[in-house]
Amino acid sequence: MRYKNLNRLLILTFFFFFLILPLGQILAQEDTLPPAPPTEVRASDTQNDNGHSITITWKLSGDDGAGKKDVVAYEILRSESPAGEFVVRGMVPAGNNTYQDRGAKEKEDKNYFHPYHDFYYKVRAKTLNSYSESGVAGPAQAYGQWFHLGKLPVFVGTLAFTIMVLAFISLARKGKKFYVRPLAGIDAVDDAIGRATEMGRPILYILGLGSAADIATIASFTILNRIAKKTAEHKTKIIVPCNDPIVMSVAQETVKAGYLDAGRPDMYQEENIFYITSMQFAYVAAVNGIMLREKTATNFYLGKFYAESLILAETGSVAGSIQISGTDEIAQIPFFVAATDYTLIGEELYAASAYLGREPLLLGALKAQDLAKAIVMISLASGAVAASFHLDFFLRLFTVQM
Amino acid sequence: MVTDLNTAIWNTLAAFLTFCIFSFLYKDNPFYKIAEHIVVGVSAGYFAVILYWNGLVPKLWNPVVKQGKWYYLIPGLLGLIMWTRFSKKYAWISRFSISFYMGIATGVAVPLYMQNFVIRQLSSTMLPVHFKNSVGFFNLLIIVGVLCALIYFFFSKEHKGAMGSAARVGIWTLMVGFGAGFGLTVMGRVSLLIDRVIFLKNYFTSIFGHIL
Repeated sequence: MRYKNLNRLLILTFFFFFLILPLGQILAQEDTLPPAPPTEVRASDTQNDNGHSITITWKLSGDDGAGKKDVVAYEILRSESPAGEFVVRGMVPAGNNTYQDRGAKEKEDKNYFHPYHDFYYKVRAKTLNSYSESGVAGPAQAYGQWFHLGKLPVFVGTLAFTIMVLAFISLARKGKKFYVRPLAGIDAVDDAIGRATEMGRPILYILGLGSAADIATIASFTILNRIAKKTAEHKTKIIVPCNDPIVMSVAQETVKAGYLDAGRPDMYQEENIFYITSMQFAYVAAVNGIMLREKTATNFYLGKFYAESLILAETGSVAGSIQISGTDEIAQIPFFVAATDYTLIGEELYAASAYLGREPLLLGALKAQDLAKAIVMISLASGAVAASFHLDFFLRLFTVQM
Repeated sequence: MVTDLNTAIWNTLAAFLTFCIFSFLYKDNPFYKIAEHIVVGVSAGYFAVILYWNGLVPKLWNPVVKQGKWYYLIPGLLGLIMWTRFSKKYAWISRFSISFYMGIATGVAVPLYMQNFVIRQLSSTMLPVHFKNSVGFFNLLIIVGVLCALIYFFFSKEHKGAMGSAARVGIWTLMVGFGAGFGLTVMGRVSLLIDRVIFLKNYFTSIFGHIL
């Protein structure tokens, strides 16, 4: 019995010293062995950028994806000379073979990326306990491109649209009559101004929270001009509280031009077009107060609106004003539809300025938009067919790279 | 929760102003006017400071004085001549700044709109139509909805006949979208109200909790 146990002990000792221990040492050595290095490392200027980036590509390490020396990440190192000190610029997880070494364009920035300067790169494949480095790639220089080829569809679209606008403006100037379908909201403008005149109450015109650069605000300026002209003809007061100082300045000029068009520059009162504050809800609180205290007969909300749309429209509704609204801010249109009498939905706001003005410049632009929409519809239908039959070349025509 | 006298005073003021603003639900009143004037005055002053530190100092003073970029004085000058609006005689000079700003803004906006609101949306809507599963069918619905909505925004033809029918489908599509958007935003607004009610509840509990 005693000898039997001794035999077992000897067999276990034998296994431990001659099999398990060496195997463990081999495995431990394998963990610290470096992985196969990345190969075919290339560094070149990043295309379609402003000249402050170099793209590095490589062939993945042979140990990427499996085995004991499995690569977990790649580090990208940069130096200004092949034999110089390489500094780590970034890291990507295993399986990736591209890295963009980007920097700032301002010279004062610590991370400034010097264009037209030679840089050398190495890629380091890392396991948990070891690493191996590729050969040196380079020199590579970063430089900017004059034209972003990935945005060619945008260029073609803008150019084509510009030509269409110019062509239609030219036709309109030559006297060609263009039909514009009636817009319910705009047809109600005259009635709304007439109501204010009969009641002897002012008209409130809100340009929204957009800057003077927003397309919706620009469209709203055109409509404001027409409405100001009509209010001058009817001798009705118009109040334009503004959220932005530049918008206020443009609004003052617009209303003044409307009064001049009506032949009543003496009636123009600059103090009725004023700045309140740029803070959204403080502005709303003030406009709500104006609505109730001035007892405005008609409220126009035309421009860029955000969360304040329903608060304004509800207050106007409670005050019993006729309300005409219009915005291209999709999230706010439902509130205007629910709380105002007439709503110009999205592009109707842009069309309204042309419909009111009937000027060749605006009518030409509107007609060009309609033609552009027809082209978009045909392209969309063709694109759906192309996508259904996997005709990728057609879909690529409309792909914009950022 | 109120932790000290200082916090208690500010929370009392916040609760008072909240009630002042809520009083507008009844009708316009002096309490609402007080809150309105405070918030407008404070926000206007706050914006002046923000503009000074986020606009004037980093975008004009630092580039010109610290970095020697003298050409930043050109937009600085354009900004300065906006002040001529205070003079009736020289107000016309400010139109240079306005026209410069509007011209630049419109020029930048056109390609941006073409990219983000036309080409990229068009590209994203070019979806494959098939009847292998529900995805292909819903893609068809999206494409038909977009086409009909575009027809609704066609201003050169009267909405009559086939075009009128398509435009009607277009406006229904838009209204379905607006309805969903309305519901989603109302939910967000209710959560804002709940947040304010919780603030008031916590305030009253912390002030009068020991009495109640």
